[in-house]
Amino acid sequence: MHVAANPWLSWDYVVRNRGDLTRALEQHTTLTIQAVLIAFVIALPLAALAHTRPRLAAPLVGLAGVLYTVPSVALFAMLAPFTGIGRTTVLIGLVTYALLVLVRNIVVGLDGVAEEVRDAARGLGYGPARLLLRVELPNALPAIVAGVRLATVSTVALTTVGVVVGYGGLGQLMFRGFRSRYHAEILTATLLCLALALACDLVLYVAGRLITPWSRSAQTT
Amino acid sequence: MSVVSDAVEWLNDPLNWTGTHGVLALTREHLTISVAAVLLAAVIALPLGVWLGHRRSGGSLTVVLANTSRALPTFALLTIFASGGLFGQTATTLAVAVFAVPPILTNAYTGVLEVDADVRDAARGMGMSSVRSLALVELPLALPLLAAGLRTAAVQVIATVPLAAFVGGTSLGSVIVTGLALQRYGQVLAGGVLVALLCLVAEGVLAGIQRFLTPMPMRQRATSSSE
Repeated sequence: MHVAANPWLSWDYVVRNRGDLTRALEQHTTLTIQAVLIAFVIALPLAALAHTRPRLAAPLVGLAGVLYTVPSVALFAMLAPFTGIGRTTVLIGLVTYALLVLVRNIVVGLDGVAEEVRDAARGLGYGPARLLLRVELPNALPAIVAGVRLATVSTVALTTVGVVVGYGGLGQLMFRGFRSRYHAEILTATLLCLALALACDLVLYVAGRLITPWSRSAQTT
Repeated sequence: MSVVSDAVEWLNDPLNWTGTHGVLALTREHLTISVAAVLLAAVIALPLGVWLGHRRSGGSLTVVLANTSRALPTFALLTIFASGGLFGQTATTLAVAVFAVPPILTNAYTGVLEVDADVRDAARGMGMSSVRSLALVELPLALPLLAAGLRTAAVQVIATVPLAAFVGGTSLGSVIVTGLALQRYGQVLAGGVLVALLCLVAEGVLAGIQRFLTPMPMRQRATSSSE
C-alpha cells in the first residue's frame, strides 16, 4: 500500500491555499484588534472607578476572578444559543477575557503610582479628576502598555477556540487540517498564529516606547 | 427562552447522567485526564524549578517558557498531537500537560529563589550542606508558592481539557461537541454550564486545600505570585 507523503511543512501547501490562509489570518487579526480595542475602552473607566473607589475594587476584581475561571469553551457554549454561531459570539467572549486582564493590570498600575508623586500633585492644587488624568494615568502608562500586550497575545491564542462556534480564524484551519489529517495545514496555521502574536507584541512594544519616552533609558521590562 | 428550558430539561433527564457517556462518567474521565496531566507536568517542572531556584539561575528560561506558552494556542498543540499519531486521551493528556509546566515551573523557581538570603546563610553557617539546606530549609519555606503553582496549573488543566473533545478526547466537553453536532443548543448550554461549574468547584476546593495545608504564618505569601 502506498502512503501519500504528509509533511508538516510544505511550501506547496502555502502557495496552493494562499486564499484560505489570507482569509483566516485576516479574520484572526481583525477579531483580535477589535476585541482588544473594545475591551480597552470598557476597561479604562472601570479600572479608574475601581482605583478611585477602593470599596468597589474588591468585588470588581473578585467578579473578574470568578469570570476568568470559567473556561472559554464553556463561555462560548453558553453564549452560542443566544448570540448565534459566528463572529458576535467569539467577539463577546474575547472581549470578556481581554477585559479581565486589562482591568487587573490597569488597577495595579494606578495603585502603583508613588504616594509622594500623588502628594506633590495634591500640594500643587490638583483635584481628584486632574490628578487621575494628568498624573496617575501617565505614571501608570508602562503598566497599562504591559497589560495591553498581555491581553493582545492571549487574545491571539484564544481566538482559535472560536472553532467552538465555527469562527476561529486560524483555528478553523487547524481544525480542518485535523479532520482531513493534513499536517501542513495544522502546522502552517500554528506558525502563522505564533507569528501574529509576535508581530502584535512587537508593534505594541514599540508603540509603548514611543509614548513613554522617559522610561527609555531607565527600565528594560 | 426555549433554549434555557431545553437545557434544564436535558440536565433533569437521568439518562443523561448515567451510562458510559453520561455526565458522571464524563466527569470522572475529565478528572482522570486532569490528574494525569498535572502529575506528568509536576514530575518534570517541580524538580527543575526547585533546582534552578536553588542554583539562582535560569530566570530567563522560565520567562521564555511562560511567554511562549501564552502565545501558542492550546488548540494548535491539541490538533498537532491528535493528528501526529497519538489518539484521544493520550494526545489530550500530553498537550494539556505541556501547558501545565510553566505555572508549576515558575512558581517553584520563584519560591526557592525568594527564600531569604539570610536564612540560607544561617543554614550554611550551621554546617548544612547545600543539599540539606535545600531539603530542610529552602523547600519548606517555598511550599506555599509550590502549592500555588500546582493549584494554578490544575485549574488551568481542568479548564483546557474540554477543548480536547473537538479532537477526540472524552471529557465533559463532549457534551458541548455532541450538542453542537446535533444542533441541540439546549444541550450545548447545559454542557457549558457543567464545565463552568466543574472549574469553579475545582478552584474553590483547591484553594481550600491549599489554605488548609499552609501553616498559619505563611498564608500571606501563598497568593503572591500565582499570576
